[in-house]
Amino acid sequence: MKTFEYTITDPVGIHARPAGLLVKEIKNFAGSAVTITKGEKSVNALKLMALMQMGIKCGDTVKVAVEGGDEETVAAAIEAFFKANL
Amino acid sequence: MITIQGKGVSTGVAAGPLYFYQRASASLRRYEVDDREAEFARFKEAQAKAIEQLGVLAEKARAEAGDEAAMLFETHQMMCEDMDYEEAIEGFIKESGLNAEAAVTDAGAIQAEAFAAMDDDYFKARAADVKDISGRIVGILSGVVQGGIDSPVPVILASDDLAPSETVQLDKSKILGFVTSGGSGSSHTAILARTMGIPAIIGVGEQLKSEYAGRDVIVDGGTGSVVVDADEDTRARLMTKRAEILKRQELLNQLKGQPNVTKDGQEIRVYCNIGNPEDVHAVLENDGGGIGLFRSEFLYLNCDDYPTEEYQFEAYKRVLSDMGGKEVVIRTLDIGADKMIEYFKLPHEENPALGNRALRICLNRPEIFRTQLRALYRASAYGRLSIMFPMVASVWEVREAKKMCEQVKKELTAEGIPFSDEVDVGIMIETPAAAMISDRLAKEVDFFSIGTNDLTQYTLACDRQNNDLGRFFDAHHPAVLRLIKMACDNAHKEGIWCGICGELGADLELTELFLSIGLDELSVSPRAVLPLRQKVRETQVRTVREKNLADLAGSESRI
Repeated sequence: MKTFEYTITDPVGIHARPAGLLVKEIKNFAGSAVTITKGEKSVNALKLMALMQMGIKCGDTVKVAVEGGDEETVAAAIEAFFKANL
Repeated sequence: MITIQGKGVSTGVAAGPLYFYQRASASLRRYEVDDREAEFARFKEAQAKAIEQLGVLAEKARAEAGDEAAMLFETHQMMCEDMDYEEAIEGFIKESGLNAEAAVTDAGAIQAEAFAAMDDDYFKARAADVKDISGRIVGILSGVVQGGIDSPVPVILASDDLAPSETVQLDKSKILGFVTSGGSGSSHTAILARTMGIPAIIGVGEQLKSEYAGRDVIVDGGTGSVVVDADEDTRARLMTKRAEILKRQELLNQLKGQPNVTKDGQEIRVYCNIGNPEDVHAVLENDGGGIGLFRSEFLYLNCDDYPTEEYQFEAYKRVLSDMGGKEVVIRTLDIGADKMIEYFKLPHEENPALGNRALRICLNRPEIFRTQLRALYRASAYGRLSIMFPMVASVWEVREAKKMCEQVKKELTAEGIPFSDEVDVGIMIETPAAAMISDRLAKEVDFFSIGTNDLTQYTLACDRQNNDLGRFFDAHHPAVLRLIKMACDNAHKEGIWCGICGELGADLELTELFLSIGLDELSVSPRAVLPLRQKVRETQVRTVREKNLADLAGSESRI
């Protein structure tokens, strides 16, 4: 498993647009399961509505875990996505 | 005449007959099915159709309002096949034998409730998205065609709150404005109305009665008023307003892309003041030449603890790259006085405006300042950054702040982190002291930007927060204007530029004077850019300069 932490800088947090883009991005890596954790709550990042219902806000730090597939590459791609969009 | 008051969320004035949106609301049927697999297949077919329809809407929105609007429908497409949502529907059909329409409605209601229970207005409003997609799938299942407006003439469209797909499917040539009984400023009706430049008034509630259908109404998105059967005076007044708005818009649009140059060829830069990375959109929309004041406070106000270097870096980087190489002046932390932040744990002060604020806090608490400076210099690699220190009164303060910049640059170099070596460093002139010693300060920095609100407050010993002081708080006071001229003259003697980033910069009554003084830049709110450009382009400095400057220097008062 490969993990990284990221602090959200988007003023609205993980809102519909980036959440949708994120799901799209993760769908490219079929062999990997991606989990996003904030505090006690974790969610499969493919679940768009559950992800939005985490209510992740600006300034929140989330943990992103990638399991299966080419973990290094997938984690790097997702981290780049977070930096560019969130 | 009946006047209804709501909340204007998109400006403009429009008049026309009121038309209630006809929603195809077939009452939901609920029954048990025999062949559960076939019922689920029926759902899957409707789901695929919904996704296809949304794809068409996305392309339509892209053509009408750009990628941002299209993304909304693309997100809806993904919501249609959300795993939890689909699992719930599958469960209702296969396990409980519910018909697909009821299963979709129930699963949608569960998700909508989850959103509605969230404590953030933005996420609360997403309940409407879930209801929208569920309604669409149910509509397809029950064979309902999404409706339009059945009217031969354009109308003011009334509804409870339009769903995004409804808004985009509407025939725009038939709509003059929106009135909704519900809704919020972040609802899709409001967002799309603004994007498309149609007036919209929301939240009129029960006042919106179905008996008004077909009657003449005038909506004013600026004031949020809806007038039914306006009397002659009101109609005339609002129609004049409408004509003025349209004329102004047309005129201003013609000014886009034009230089800020006077009739006799004197140029002045017109930049924008912003407080949030999102505002960059408005800067570009209004053709701002750069950002003359980016208040970094929002980063601190949005967080419950000191924002990290990484967090700040990302925000600065975004603004710099979004501005595509145009100058961006970022003001370092300016809190204290009227802007307090809990976690700074600043002690209570009797006179906060004269207290521990802005650069004073930064110099007293270098660890906070250092984090911001590191983030700023790191971001400088992504655009044209200038750094500006607020609330300067003495030369030593500037020297100390500059020393910290040098330290930060050394650190970054040692760490191999890239930054631009062309970052200009400037100061705000907002204390009378800074204006009085601007000759000395000009030797220390690359530019001055005059903060006229504080400069007025400190010069006139007049609290800007105290509304009772009204006429005593006079930003046109010759003492303030003379200090502006003094700072500008001293800047030019040292070959640096001088601008204004306070509210006075947008004061069209003073534009001639500012041009006469020779200010290099005016930084104003994005919507003030084009009116200011217009004023500059109408001015002939040569003919007014001498008189303006003589008035300012002279011993006679005209008032």
